[in-house]
Amino acid sequence: MTSDMHLPPAFTTQRSARGILQWLNAPERRGPLLVAPAILTLFLVNILPLLWSFGLSFFNYRANRQAAPRFDGLDNYGDLLTDDRVWERFVTTGMIVAGSVGLQLIIGFGLALLFAKKFPLRRILLMLVLTPMMLSFVSVGIFFKLFYDPSLGLLSWIVGQFTGEPFAILATPAGAISAIVIADAWMWSPFVMLLVLAGLVSVPDYLYEAAHVDRASGWRRFRTITLPYVKGLILLALLFRTIETFKTFDLVYLITAGGPGSATETVAVYAYRLGFQNFRTSEASALAYLILFVVIVLTSLYLYLVNRRDAEAAS
Amino acid sequence: MTFRKHNEGGWGQTLVSGAIGLIYFAPVFWMVLTAFKTRQDALAIPPKLFFTPTLENFRAVFFDTTSSGELVATDAWLYFVNSAFIAGASVLLALILGTLAAYAFSRYPLRGNDTYLFIILTTRMLPPIVVIIPIFLLFRLTGLSGTYIGIILLYTSFNLPFSIWMMKSFFDDLDREVEDSARMDGSSDWAVFRRIVLPQVAAGLAATMVFALILTWNEFIFALLLTGTESRTVPVALASTVGGSVGVEWGKLSAMITLFLIPVVIVTFVLQNQLLRGVTFGTIRR
Repeated sequence: MTSDMHLPPAFTTQRSARGILQWLNAPERRGPLLVAPAILTLFLVNILPLLWSFGLSFFNYRANRQAAPRFDGLDNYGDLLTDDRVWERFVTTGMIVAGSVGLQLIIGFGLALLFAKKFPLRRILLMLVLTPMMLSFVSVGIFFKLFYDPSLGLLSWIVGQFTGEPFAILATPAGAISAIVIADAWMWSPFVMLLVLAGLVSVPDYLYEAAHVDRASGWRRFRTITLPYVKGLILLALLFRTIETFKTFDLVYLITAGGPGSATETVAVYAYRLGFQNFRTSEASALAYLILFVVIVLTSLYLYLVNRRDAEAAS
Repeated sequence: MTFRKHNEGGWGQTLVSGAIGLIYFAPVFWMVLTAFKTRQDALAIPPKLFFTPTLENFRAVFFDTTSSGELVATDAWLYFVNSAFIAGASVLLALILGTLAAYAFSRYPLRGNDTYLFIILTTRMLPPIVVIIPIFLLFRLTGLSGTYIGIILLYTSFNLPFSIWMMKSFFDDLDREVEDSARMDGSSDWAVFRRIVLPQVAAGLAATMVFALILTWNEFIFALLLTGTESRTVPVALASTVGGSVGVEWGKLSAMITLFLIPVVIVTFVLQNQLLRGVTFGTIRR
């Protein structure tokens, strides 16, 4: 942590246990001391393994073989970046992110406008809408697998009523991608709603009253009063959901398992395949680092915006 | 002309929101409904909305009937106990370490405080797939794979960033003048923390705990790869039953999911006011 470099008097003069305790208890060491156990745990369980796999990504190593790792330099990264399959997975992921986050923003914003008003039973209905995002991916995955099932599913039955034919949404690439997008958007649009709602509630009433006196049109009220108050939060919601959807694994794994073919295989699912089904451990590590890079860039941007928002609120 | 305030809707609004609420809740409702259906009703085409409910599925989750008619407990008991125990232990550990660290980050900023906080949040934002490869190798090397200690340690490290960011947001919210004046009166730092600070964040501590419990209770991919037959959790058990759509016992599966969801739904109702903070790891408070 900070100043462990120069030896404290406790070690040089009297090396008693009490001296060390006193040394540790000094006010200037309080911060590091309280933080140390948490940082140490994170370092051992998260960061150290990460460094290890970062190292591995420069080697040729398979977890199911005895052969010693062979140093390959940047070969794994080079192979991945020139591999069309990897780019296809990135495109698939991008489509799911764009579709799902787009839907979440539109639906979430609409829901927020609806729930920003006071009306009877609001609290209870709000809870019904908020439930999906608290559920586990496994149960949501299973809900939708049953929902989409061509012979038992409610969706297939409803569509069948109109077309008279059995409907298997998961059988076509476009259908399967929309199926994932729908499930993800259903689960997370309440998240966007929650953030936008926080912005809407913070708009002071007198602004609307003034607008009313001025006979401002609804659109004008929305553009000059509502939007400025929620703009920041919408951006944060967009980033947060982009980061999370970019990592999508569980829903795809459970609903389509990446199929049909590889139509819904996201980069996370592909990395899982590489690492745990093909045992191309070092290549999977390298791909994981490409994913990590994207996430770190997005996370920094997110935190930058959070800090700017806090600073604005404080000033 | 009556003047209606911009933020008030009437029963019409309730009707629209009610319809939307139903759509959002429908999949959960359908699962719960299926849990009470007999095998024939669960497979019926068109799907049945009205039927004679049965508790058979719930019994089938926990008890098998042998050929001689005896009731034998199934592994579902183990999975539920595992889920509760693993979540409970890891959240408790993470809360203790995380609260202390969060207090330090809030009150005794270190050099590079923000960098530490950024790295800590990043470990939480990491795609599971990035972490799982080295963790898998590490666990194989140390023999932690499939053990309770392994998975609890891992979940502790996931709950830590969450606890730190959440608790820091609660500590940051407090008015420090009370603490400062207590220090003036000669209270030690420890006494200030225990007698003045902790009571004020008790509600926040509870919210953080419950959120972390849900996140851990729901976790799937790490449990899939790192728990063994002894330490298997409910999500893994659920996922393993839907490998193929042929022969899935939807009634029994729905019953198990219903039991799995009950604590989460109850908690969501209780936590309503802390949801925003919870789902954004404490980065957005209002």
